[in-house]
Amino acid sequence: MFDDFFIRALFAGIGIAFVTGPLGCFVVWRRLSYFGDTLAHSALLGVTMAYTLDLNIAISVFLISSVIALILIQLQKKTNLPGDALLGLLAHSSLAVGLVVIGFLTFIRFDIMGLLFGDILAVTTDDLIIIWTGGALILLVLKLIWKPLFASTVNYELAEAEGLNPDRAKAIFTILMAAVIAISIKMVGLLLITGMLIIPAAMARNISDSPQKMVIFSIIAGLLSVVLGLYSSLEFNTSSGPSIIAASLILFILSLFKIKQSIKLKN
Amino acid sequence: MSSENSTLVKLNNAGFKQNDKWLVEGVSLTVEKGKIVTLIGPNGSGKSTTAKIALGIYKNIEGSVEKYTNKVGYVPQKISIDWTLPLRVYDFMLLTENIKDEAIDEALTLTGVMHLKNKNLGNLSGGEFQRVLIARAISKKPELLVLDEPVQAVDYTGEIALYELIKRISDTLNCGILLISHDLHTVMTATDHVVCLNGHVCCSGSPMDVAKNNEYKTLFGEQASQILSVYEHKHDHVHSDKGEIKKN
Repeated sequence: MFDDFFIRALFAGIGIAFVTGPLGCFVVWRRLSYFGDTLAHSALLGVTMAYTLDLNIAISVFLISSVIALILIQLQKKTNLPGDALLGLLAHSSLAVGLVVIGFLTFIRFDIMGLLFGDILAVTTDDLIIIWTGGALILLVLKLIWKPLFASTVNYELAEAEGLNPDRAKAIFTILMAAVIAISIKMVGLLLITGMLIIPAAMARNISDSPQKMVIFSIIAGLLSVVLGLYSSLEFNTSSGPSIIAASLILFILSLFKIKQSIKLKN
Repeated sequence: MSSENSTLVKLNNAGFKQNDKWLVEGVSLTVEKGKIVTLIGPNGSGKSTTAKIALGIYKNIEGSVEKYTNKVGYVPQKISIDWTLPLRVYDFMLLTENIKDEAIDEALTLTGVMHLKNKNLGNLSGGEFQRVLIARAISKKPELLVLDEPVQAVDYTGEIALYELIKRISDTLNCGILLISHDLHTVMTATDHVVCLNGHVCCSGSPMDVAKNNEYKTLFGEQASQILSVYEHKHDHVHSDKGEIKKN
């Protein structure tokens, strides 16, 4: 069944959507879209490391992204630069270093377009195993830290005062972000991973009145985007990442009509 | 020993410094089960800071805090909630602990906002939101309640009812309450122990002791005098314009 590259891509995408749905909600709630971008850009370094040391790409990307996240936390503590400047610094310098390293690795043929925008042909059965086990693990951990993470997203001091340890939840969430980028990089590409996190969640926000509903709608939107995107990618011979993101954009635009209606009802 | 066992939180000479400026220093106080301790003092005197020290929100403090309970309910003075979150009153009630539906309904009914249960938190008025905050804190049946100006934005009749409710909660749940208020009426009627702050502890004791203290009167002036009648008093220190303490 997994002999067909398209079936593999479909299952990979479905696995990714289940994870990006809930995580994407937190990215929107906690205003972390640029943080996601930074981790995604640093993933290129992870990919080059995977090729040079002959590691699995997902594992290598996960390690590098986690290191970049740690460096960011240290820089935030030790410098007086604003958060967005630090994010930009890390995002572009890690992307640049990644590209420079690729330039040196002349003995390996890189599909740069595939890295940046995703490639459904590249998904192997091994990748499927990593996506589904990794994804299940990410969701399990997210469920465990849900209470403190959500409470501190609403109000940090309430969570801290009532004994939920929000700092630990935040640190674990950072690692989960690195992990989700690691498992989705082949499919969506490093330039568009943040879109996969944000756009379905943004669409879900338009039609939800509770956090649980938003998570569920976000997963559904992600699944629809993957299926629509991959079929159109096959049909029109476009890269998988842009096709998926474009599909999610269409869903987002449709969800805007729902907002208009509810605003009319209120008046 | 029994007094030791009933202690919920104890501050020993605690203080907190931010950007080389003391927000509050040298505060010692104890909150025990079933007792209401009230912090009073002018704006910027360190009341909220003291509450946050007691709650463990501030980490790098001078002195020490001993906390003997993890069942805490907190009503902060200021709360900024980001409306990118779709959040109903019901979701907010479950924020830090999974509480049974009956307990949620009971708390919302006690504070008079049961009809708002399924409303979006962003659509509430200031007074309604304040009542929801109190309901959330008491629905957990905490051992320690920290209430920072809990009745702000609530209308006057509602204010009295809420203070009565707070007193009743302290009696029925046998929880300790650390209350911050600048409403002197309430302070004097419902409180077991008053701590008067102005960057440090100006005076503390039973409401009547504090009322007799002249430092308290210097801080609160005529208003306090009218409420509590005039007492003889001696200053042991005065504050300069910069807030520095000068011993007489």
